[in-house]
Amino acid sequence: MRFQLTEDQRALQGGVRELLARRFGREELRAAVDAPGCLDRALWRELGAVGFFALRLPEVQGGVGLGLPEAVLAFEEAGRTLLPGPLMATHLAAAEVPGAATGETVVADVGACGLVEWLAAADVVRGDAAGAVPLRSVDPLTPLHRVPVARGVDPVAVLLTAAEQLGSATRACELAVQHARAREQFGQPIGGFQAVKHLCAEMLVRTETARAAVYAAAVTADPADIDTARLLADEAAVRGARDCLQVHGGMGFTWEFEVHLHLKRAWVRTHRAGDATESEENLAAELLAQPI
Amino acid sequence: MDLTYTPEEQEFRARLREWLGKVLPVLPPKPSPDDWPGRRAYDLGWQRRLHDAGYADVHWDASPTMRLIFLEETEKAGAPYVGAGFVGLLHAGPTIAAEGTPEQRARWLPPILRGEEVWCQGFSEPDAGSDLAALRTRARRDGDDYVVSGSKIWTSHAEVADWCELLVRTDPEAPKHRGISWLAMPMDAPGITVRPLKTLAGSAEFAEVFLDEVRVPVANRVGDENDGWRVTMVTLSFERGTAFVGEVVACRRVLRELAGEARKNGRWDDPVLRRRLGRLNAEFRALWRLTQWNVSEAERTGGVPGVGGSVFKLRYSHARQELYDAAADVWGPDSLDLDRPWVLDRLSSLSYTIAAGTSQIQRNIVAERILGLPKGR
Ligand SMILES: Cc1cc2nc3c(=O)[nH]c(=O)nc-3n(C[C@H](O)[C@H](O)[C@H](O)COP(=O)(O)OP(=O)(O)OC[C@H]3O[C@@H](n4cnc5c(N)ncnc54)[C@H](O)[C@@H]3O)c2cc1C
Repeated sequence: MRFQLTEDQRALQGGVRELLARRFGREELRAAVDAPGCLDRALWRELGAVGFFALRLPEVQGGVGLGLPEAVLAFEEAGRTLLPGPLMATHLAAAEVPGAATGETVVADVGACGLVEWLAAADVVRGDAAGAVPLRSVDPLTPLHRVPVARGVDPVAVLLTAAEQLGSATRACELAVQHARAREQFGQPIGGFQAVKHLCAEMLVRTETARAAVYAAAVTADPADIDTARLLADEAAVRGARDCLQVHGGMGFTWEFEVHLHLKRAWVRTHRAGDATESEENLAAELLAQPI
Repeated sequence: MDLTYTPEEQEFRARLREWLGKVLPVLPPKPSPDDWPGRRAYDLGWQRRLHDAGYADVHWDASPTMRLIFLEETEKAGAPYVGAGFVGLLHAGPTIAAEGTPEQRARWLPPILRGEEVWCQGFSEPDAGSDLAALRTRARRDGDDYVVSGSKIWTSHAEVADWCELLVRTDPEAPKHRGISWLAMPMDAPGITVRPLKTLAGSAEFAEVFLDEVRVPVANRVGDENDGWRVTMVTLSFERGTAFVGEVVACRRVLRELAGEARKNGRWDDPVLRRRLGRLNAEFRALWRLTQWNVSEAERTGGVPGVGGSVFKLRYSHARQELYDAAADVWGPDSLDLDRPWVLDRLSSLSYTIAAGTSQIQRNIVAERILGLPKGR
């Protein structure tokens, strides 16, 4: 058993992180917030060119031929940087929708809760989007439409959403720790106060426990492992963003500081994969199903 | 990332299963929890069987993955737990192995491995708990002996122990971390008084140990004089390593039994309870994955358990308490009946956020050593 990233997986993680830092840094994030609903098509094609969408497509079909663990690592990085756009829908459509794999075609999916992300910007919509009505999305980086007919979820989408949540939770913890070390009050860094220090420690505990669950689900693709990953990653992302906000004080409540974007996107993702109670019920039923 | 086991690891598992299948049916009946001599004999008897079958030093020499497999399989098969062997096998033994002289290793390690001697841990004192380095039990040099006076508290298994890994102050003038030494104290030495303490679960798991001019040979000191703090840290890192593997497996079994019970008594029809059990399933599945992750990391870094153990312990101690609270929810008013399954476990679970470093102390460790936040006093 070697449940650690391989050299290749580390390289892939580093590569995606480097690309996103270069192409979607602080300024690009600001610009995206200021232009809601606009998708950066050039960036989308660039993501296509490096194989973000074709990652799991077999090489004979022009894909990269990698598996779920690698896709999880890539989506974790996307979650970390708050990369906008229907990444999931386009990735899942790579085998079926022409142009999705290369980033030429932008694909949107009707989701499990009757919501569609990025409907107006998409070239192709999968699922029944008839009667779609726009809503004023709480997340400035995710335009949403409501549709009358929901669509079943692909377990892979549940897992990759959990990976995005994991990336977001990791980032929130980093931001909180950076601030706790730098900001001084009462003549000392606030990270020296246990009330702050312990919030940060719990953020790390939630993140690292979720990481083990998400990576394991990527390896096994087992439905119970995926439900587990989803519940833990949702918790790590939502609570992590909340605690990060708290550690930043007044700054945490501003439009300027990015933590609200993490929180709002984490909320969007908790609904993307259907109701959390469904995962809880699945895992409850699994307890009766088989001895360990 | 890989969750499959190598052929060698699979073979180890298969042989172990086969052996457990043969040996468990012929074990003597478990003694009652209050029968300390009986428990001692039972736990040592089990260690002896492990020794004779070649599994004695699985906690020390085997790779972290083999140890994981061992703890997983023995728990699944319902084999005895280390019990009274805990300190010898998981704290004192590894410390002596790492820091002792060849003579000390030869004297103390074989009896631990053969299940002949029981150790206890005399670290905590009435005025030194979380702040362990504030300990005051004094050891004065007198010829070839130390003369030790003071008192220890919360000493698990003190009543049945042959040896105590004892932390004493050998230099009261030095800064508090620098004047401590690690001694192996024979528990039958004159001047030792053991007074059992009753836990909130009604059992006598631990004791007060009073030391009045107890003579301990200088040759029983492991590590240099006044270097005991460093020697101790070696021990504590072992304590937080793979110590809970078997328990996570056990918790997952309890959770399934709990679901079965809820189904039987009708509580299962309550969706709030069902979803609570579903969440606990997620929790313990994740803790199992975290264990596998930490073990693989130890494998990669050469076996020394790291601070990742603190992350695990924080989450696990809380989850264990949640599990037994959920059990009480399944029982309803019957959760007040000590004869029901899990009711005593619920009481014992309360110690998990205290023993072996409280949750607050673990959070300090995670924040300061992993996240690099400033140290408090
Ligand atoms: C079942 C059990 C078995 C044990 N077995 C042994 C044994 O065999 N040998 C042995 O030596 N010891 C043993 N112990 C003792 C155990 O290690 C101590 O109880 C533990 O370290 C806490 O010390 P304390 O009880 O003095 O509590 P204190 O240190 O007095 O703590 C009281 C409260 O204050 C908090 N606190 C203290 N310092 C800080 C801080 N810096 N920041 C924030 N909060 C703080 C603690 O978290 C706790 O909530 C055992 C304990 C239990 C419960």
